[in-house]
Amino acid sequence: MALTDTDVAELESKAEQIRETIITMLVEAKSGHTAGPLDMADIFTAFYFHILKHDPKNPDWEERDRLILSNGHIVPVRYATMAHAGYFPIEECMTLRKFGSRLQGHPERLRMPGMETTSGPLGEGLSQGAGMAWALRQDKKPNRVYVLMGDGEQDEGNVWEAAMWVGKQKLNNLTAVIDRNNIQIDGMTEDVMPLENLRAKYEAFNWHVIEVDGHNIRAFIDAVNEAKAIYEKPTVIIAHTIAGKGVPDIEYDYHWHGKPPSKEEGQKFLKEIRSMKGKLPHEYA
Amino acid sequence: MLNAAAKLVENIFEKDIAKKPTRDGFGTGTVEAGKKNPNVVVLCADLSESTRAEWFQKEFPERFIEMGIAEQNMAATAAGLALTGKVPFMASYAAFSPGRNYEQIRTTIALNEANVKIGGMHAGVSVGPDGATHQMLEDMGLMRMLPNMIVLNPCDAEEARKAVVAAAEYDGPVYIRFGRSDVPVFTTADSPFAIGASLPFWSPESGKPQVAIFATGSMSYNALAAARALHADGIEVTVIHNPSVKPLDESALVAAAKQAGRVITVEEHQVAGGFGSAVAELLAKKAPVPMEFIGIQDEFGQSGNPDELIEHYGLAPAHIAEVARRMVQC
Repeated sequence: MALTDTDVAELESKAEQIRETIITMLVEAKSGHTAGPLDMADIFTAFYFHILKHDPKNPDWEERDRLILSNGHIVPVRYATMAHAGYFPIEECMTLRKFGSRLQGHPERLRMPGMETTSGPLGEGLSQGAGMAWALRQDKKPNRVYVLMGDGEQDEGNVWEAAMWVGKQKLNNLTAVIDRNNIQIDGMTEDVMPLENLRAKYEAFNWHVIEVDGHNIRAFIDAVNEAKAIYEKPTVIIAHTIAGKGVPDIEYDYHWHGKPPSKEEGQKFLKEIRSMKGKLPHEYA
Repeated sequence: MLNAAAKLVENIFEKDIAKKPTRDGFGTGTVEAGKKNPNVVVLCADLSESTRAEWFQKEFPERFIEMGIAEQNMAATAAGLALTGKVPFMASYAAFSPGRNYEQIRTTIALNEANVKIGGMHAGVSVGPDGATHQMLEDMGLMRMLPNMIVLNPCDAEEARKAVVAAAEYDGPVYIRFGRSDVPVFTTADSPFAIGASLPFWSPESGKPQVAIFATGSMSYNALAAARALHADGIEVTVIHNPSVKPLDESALVAAAKQAGRVITVEEHQVAGGFGSAVAELLAKKAPVPMEFIGIQDEFGQSGNPDELIEHYGLAPAHIAEVARRMVQC
């Protein structure tokens, strides 16, 4: 079904609501990662509100597509998106990282229905997605597997073991997405451990590579559709994003990789999101 | 005397007893499990001949997955397969799996309760000429620390086959340890096997045992040989074989420890963290008795023939008997 401008505008608006939830839940949790969840809000919105075959009321539905979050530390964006999609009440997001909560600091499959894997230690999502894609292909199932990874995560050797094997197996039912926000905990990715030429690396491993603006929801959905049409190779979408997207004080700053906003910062950031980065008068924010 | 209920082979102490490596049981067991369950798949990291994964490959080529020399990817891929309904067995040398890929096993298999079976081959000093790098002596310790993980250490190729079949039928993560070199095949198709069960191999003809020997893996054969020699010297012992290192057969071991009042554990593994440690943790709580720990004493292995190494590291029957004699005299 063609995506209308109204559809895109609705998705963009949904992404902003999800960003608000992310800020609110991180302030409440008093720990967690901020930049990654904010910059992946558009892509998560695209997945849960347009791309994925899924059923929030039946998370184990056999026919669902598998969305694997490999860099588990950005899970607040997944929790927030799942809540907005109807998996659980949005209020439950405020239990993030608290004792007894299903919303663990890093996601656990056995605690949270709809969470396909347990993740946090980096570099393992692509392997698990590969196993799922192999099994689905073996069983002649049409379900697709999507694996979301961070760019800093590409430092892990396990990623390249998996990339090599997925390329060998030509798992075209698997699409990987790399959040190319250029930051990791210790600094800029190209300073910590240069990744470029990332496209050439994946191409050399027999992948089809698409580069896209990770905040352009229409372009991202087009890229996912292109990946579905590639029959001879797996596809990786390198989604160029702005770390901390949506909150000017956070954008591009690697210091926000691994810390939450304070209560005061949170109020300020929510205002920035609600006022369209200051374009609207504050009294409406 | 031998426990008749264990249904051991008749020529158990004869020179002509058949010998095979326990890894053969990985090959026969996975083929058997594969015939029963079409969801059984086998992954291997470029060691299909020596792990016997190729026996499965020949039978079920479309269900054999060559991973290349990439144990980390193999573990996490196996987890993904399990989460999609497959029953994956992954094979490599124990030094690399779980040695190399411990964290992948911890997160994607154990914490995730993924239905993955990990075959660790070439465990112990009896690997022989390859030397210390390949003689894995810490695998049972690594695996038994993980919640949700079952740890099996069969004594011969026949029991190894049963362990593999039982692992395929059990829903959850299982680690199975295998050896490289030929060891006596002294159990039979009729010998009992169950996850969590021990198996008494030897008990006094009459009266109370002076020592209880708890052994695991192929060391259980050496413990039996020691028991026979001790009997000739007038020292009566029990020998209990423990193919299930986790869970241990707690009630049987506690009862045997209480009866004998002295315990020796025997394993081809570091004494720290392995089977002996598991027994000590149990007995310290429920039946504290004097214990001796036969195994590798906080050192690495080296090149040599398996027999030389078993002798050198104090794992041969004569050494086990010697420890028992010393204990009885105390």
